[in-house]
Amino acid sequence: MEIPVATNGMEVVYRKPSTLTETPFHYCPGCGHGVAHRLLMEVVEEMGIQEKTIGVAPVGCSVFAYHYMNIDMQEAAHGRACAVATGIKRVMPDRFVFSYQGDGDLAAIGTGETIHTVNRGENILVVFINNAIYGMTGGQMAPTTLLGMVTSTTPYGREQPVMGFPLKITDLIAQLPGSYYVTRQAVHTPATVRKTKKAFRTAFEYQQHKKGTCFVEVVSNCPSGWKMTPVESNEWMEKNMFPAYPLGDLKVPHPILSQV
Amino acid sequence: MSTEPEKPRMMKGNEALAEAAIRAGLQAYFGYPITPQSEILEYFTVEMPKRGGVALQAESELAAINMVYGAAAAGARAMTSSSSPGISLMQEGLSYMASAQLPCLVVNVSRGGPGLGTIQPAQSDYFQATKGGGHGDYHLIVLAPSTVQEMADFVFDAFRLAERYRNPAMILADGALGQMMEKVVLPPEGSLPRTEKPWATTGKPPWRERNYITSLYIEPDEMEGINLQLQKKYAEMQKEVRYQEVDTDDAEILVVAFGLAARIAQNAMEQARERGIKVGLLRPITLYPFPHEAIGNLTRNVVSVLVVEMNAGQMVEDVRLAVNGRRPVHFKGRMGGVIPSPEEVLEAIESVAESYRIPQE
Ligand SMILES: Cc1ncc(C[n+]2csc(CCOP(=O)(O)OP(=O)(O)O)c2C)c(N)n1
Repeated sequence: MEIPVATNGMEVVYRKPSTLTETPFHYCPGCGHGVAHRLLMEVVEEMGIQEKTIGVAPVGCSVFAYHYMNIDMQEAAHGRACAVATGIKRVMPDRFVFSYQGDGDLAAIGTGETIHTVNRGENILVVFINNAIYGMTGGQMAPTTLLGMVTSTTPYGREQPVMGFPLKITDLIAQLPGSYYVTRQAVHTPATVRKTKKAFRTAFEYQQHKKGTCFVEVVSNCPSGWKMTPVESNEWMEKNMFPAYPLGDLKVPHPILSQV
Repeated sequence: MSTEPEKPRMMKGNEALAEAAIRAGLQAYFGYPITPQSEILEYFTVEMPKRGGVALQAESELAAINMVYGAAAAGARAMTSSSSPGISLMQEGLSYMASAQLPCLVVNVSRGGPGLGTIQPAQSDYFQATKGGGHGDYHLIVLAPSTVQEMADFVFDAFRLAERYRNPAMILADGALGQMMEKVVLPPEGSLPRTEKPWATTGKPPWRERNYITSLYIEPDEMEGINLQLQKKYAEMQKEVRYQEVDTDDAEILVVAFGLAARIAQNAMEQARERGIKVGLLRPITLYPFPHEAIGNLTRNVVSVLVVEMNAGQMVEDVRLAVNGRRPVHFKGRMGGVIPSPEEVLEAIESVAESYRIPQE
């Protein structure tokens, strides 16, 4: 249902893209998932590729992504989104295919599928939301949880001798010859929002080159899992997450290749 | 189109199955090597690129079944194959596909277990194949070939049924059927029409609502609704039941066996008949749906029932349910990849005959 708004002759400069449904997001206040969904769908609308885009939702907080994104979608088993996306892309090579996954989904239970999908250079976009925690199951440790960080399963802080190191999977992905464009962004300020949107757009444009996997990490927050207010969580993210997961491009196509 | 059937040729079961799948309009195959079925993967990697299809060696069976999920949900005719340990890894994916109502074909060229087991043929995956296998209330459609010809023919039946019911179908073979060479007449290419899949995720055009494929129904009422829908479908599927009867008209002993075990049992039966024991065979062709009714009806006219399997006794439980206590049900099985000889099955038939003192003419 469209909500009627009286514009009184004023110009509409901000509206919901047609690629989002009318279903309100269920995400917690301050969570980055909603912003990332919107940016991705704005790009799909602006590029006019709604008809040619197929998304894969993970198991995690964004498991219901298909209720919000007004495109054809598939819901994958926990960790298997990259394999499912591979299946789609192989039978429909002219479609824009993306997976949208959390850190537990992509870098713990689904590590194998993620690495091998990128290593094959599947021509898909992988969106990776890194909030350093298992949001959906109530705030347990994720592979990306920082050392010393308290979660419900690292009540004394993550200790390396017991739980190992935070997994910088995006650095690993950038090393693989199958990846084409790898970048790490955020969605907590107007400037980072603009950059992330540009990264999504670049990734979709590259997908047409058929030169490999595009991988966009979004370093994000989890106010509920981190037990902070939205503002505190963003401050904590800037102070602790960004040093461990620095924003910026990890791999960009060779300028000549990117003209192809 | 010429109606003249092709000349028979000698083929391995695995290869006949793979060639039949291509002729059945297979669009995508995803698999992982495991003995005794690797020829299927190898055949596709040779043939699919030449014939316009997808063949991809996945990094695991877990990945393979999820690639099938993606391809099938995008509307493609898709399949995978493996042997017992690999099929265990696919159970999660099969449960998801059953819930999301996605048609596909999974071939299990099974081997002896449990664990890594042996590469020799066995039928010890009967429970896993027919009772669901993964979590939740669901069934696969299960076809059990007993010849190389059926390895080829059942690919067509499996896809037809899978697409008719929007449900994964399994061909449950074994290592011997996969490896043996027999004469086979292959069905013609393109003889299985494509079905409409308006539910497939092919990209949302402006004129329809978005399609989404999911197995998540968070509200219990909704989830129960999906379960009721599935159960209704399984009830409808019962009419697809198939079985073969041999010499059952005058039989006093009914042997029930499927796949390779049925061939061995038939050989034993012929010998038993020569010795004057009136024995008949019922071979379930669909293991799900199971021929409960046919077995129930036949047992009214026999003295007793003997089930022969290459396992510790799995299908025998379904036979007992069908017989429902009306007649004694005996079991003869070998496990761990050992194939029973016709002679030991004959012995089992004789001892059943002995115990009921059927007059031998
Ligand atoms: C096979 C399996 N194991 C465990 C779960 C439970 N589970 C659901 S979501 C989740 C973690 C998700 O965390 P993440 O991928 O980081 O995404 P987030 O919720 O933080 O967005 C787990 C463990 C499951 N659904 N399936």
